[in-house]
Amino acid sequence: MQIQSPNILLIVVAAVVMVLYVFTNSAVLVWVERKVSAHIQRRPGPFEVGPFGLLQTAIDGLKLMAKQLIIPAKADKRIFMLAPVLSFVPPIAALLTVPFGKVVQVQNLDIGILFILSLAALNVLAILIAGWSSANKYSLFGAVRSVAQNIAYEIPLLLSLLTAVLWMGTLNLGELVDAQGGFWFVFTPFGFIAFVIYFVTGMAETNRAPFDLPEAESELTAGFHTEYSGMGFGLFFLGEYTNMILVSAIATSLFLGGYNLPFITLNGEGILWELIRVLIFLAKAYFLIFVMIWMRWTFPRVRFDQLLNLCWKVLIPFSLVNLAAAAIWIKAVGG
Amino acid sequence: MDITFSSDLSAYVAIADVTFIAFIAMTLAGGLVAILAKQLIHAVLGLIISLIGVAGLYAFLGNYFIASMQILIYVGAVSISMVFAVMLARPPEEVKQKSMRLATKIALGVIVGLFTAATVGSAVFAHRWSAAAKVTSGDTPVEIGIGLLTRNVLAFELISLVLLIAIIGSVVIAKRGRGTGKTVGGEEL
Repeated sequence: MQIQSPNILLIVVAAVVMVLYVFTNSAVLVWVERKVSAHIQRRPGPFEVGPFGLLQTAIDGLKLMAKQLIIPAKADKRIFMLAPVLSFVPPIAALLTVPFGKVVQVQNLDIGILFILSLAALNVLAILIAGWSSANKYSLFGAVRSVAQNIAYEIPLLLSLLTAVLWMGTLNLGELVDAQGGFWFVFTPFGFIAFVIYFVTGMAETNRAPFDLPEAESELTAGFHTEYSGMGFGLFFLGEYTNMILVSAIATSLFLGGYNLPFITLNGEGILWELIRVLIFLAKAYFLIFVMIWMRWTFPRVRFDQLLNLCWKVLIPFSLVNLAAAAIWIKAVGG
Repeated sequence: MDITFSSDLSAYVAIADVTFIAFIAMTLAGGLVAILAKQLIHAVLGLIISLIGVAGLYAFLGNYFIASMQILIYVGAVSISMVFAVMLARPPEEVKQKSMRLATKIALGVIVGLFTAATVGSAVFAHRWSAAAKVTSGDTPVEIGIGLLTRNVLAFELISLVLLIAIIGSVVIAKRGRGTGKTVGGEEL
């Protein structure tokens, strides 16, 4: 057993770096989201402001920061202020355990994946108290929908991740990546099914279209964040984009072999190899994010009964059968 | 064993003490909020703070698995269900409590408090405490599984019984809600 040296300074520095990364990432993703949507749906706006529309994000950010924070008179003020923070902070903490490379990982916990999931659970709480404290019926409906959706989708999400954990026999994210090596878990039939289920549920967990019912603007104005202005909304927004990264990073480390190329394990030492590994990891994660954005602008929003039917009647049975089949396979053949 | 502590540990001990006290304060403060809050939803949020504090104590004691489970289950599932139920059951107004005379309240509180303190206290002081054996590791799925199905199998099985009762209870409540025409959980969900 190795006792980890107290590396509080490292964690503090890493947390600051993560916050910077989260902000940069959100700015870039907003821009990407605009560009992709513009290309998919022929929206000319995002081409106008600055070179390649790059200034649009900066202006948006400035607008958000400059706006007045308005708290509704009937709102529960303390909870109202707490909710955006609660939706923004846990994803950043969760990012600290993501293995971007062999060395570029702030804290490799033995229960890494569980740690991330437990922090992700706080996101529902944030949405719930945001919707409740706003004293607005649209917000409340958004929050109620979000909870129904998140609780339902958490089951297939956990089952699909459990399949991967069962296959590799560890909860440690670094070990999960190393256990796959070049032979990604997604190449096995169980891994493939689990990956598809995970990705669908992951999109539902981040509340993104086609699963964005908690903030369906055509019915609920803006859902749970209707009453939030300025950076209050901004923090929810940052939280959503951070959650996107988290979902993609988990998918990358559990199903897509982390920083390894297909059928090639990258074990080289030194900064250059590490850099290559980090770039491969980020390439995979951002490709998945691109797919998410692509889906958002391609598919219409599902109806609520369709959403829950998909979960309870398709995803949960399939993930259960998949988990059982993987368990039988491991017992009979050996993983 | 590969121990790589730096030579001067006092700073870390201080940080550990502060963390420990912070978690205890969080647990107690959350508990107080849960008891004293006038609005039900504040009480549940207080409970959540308290539960996170307890999770922090578990993490402080080095069992990250239990800490994670504490947050995942109690904060992520149980408390959210509670907030959900409170939100659907009542409008966000202050709950009028059944008024009891203050003297009665204090008397009852003192009796219950003394009784609890006496029972727990006698147990605590009667026991000869020795330092707990250091848990070497217990965070891999295999160890967790073996632990659950050997040493802790009784608790593990009892939990499923509790869950069964919870499910039956929720079915009963939901059925009664439909029968009288009142919606308990919002039927359009």
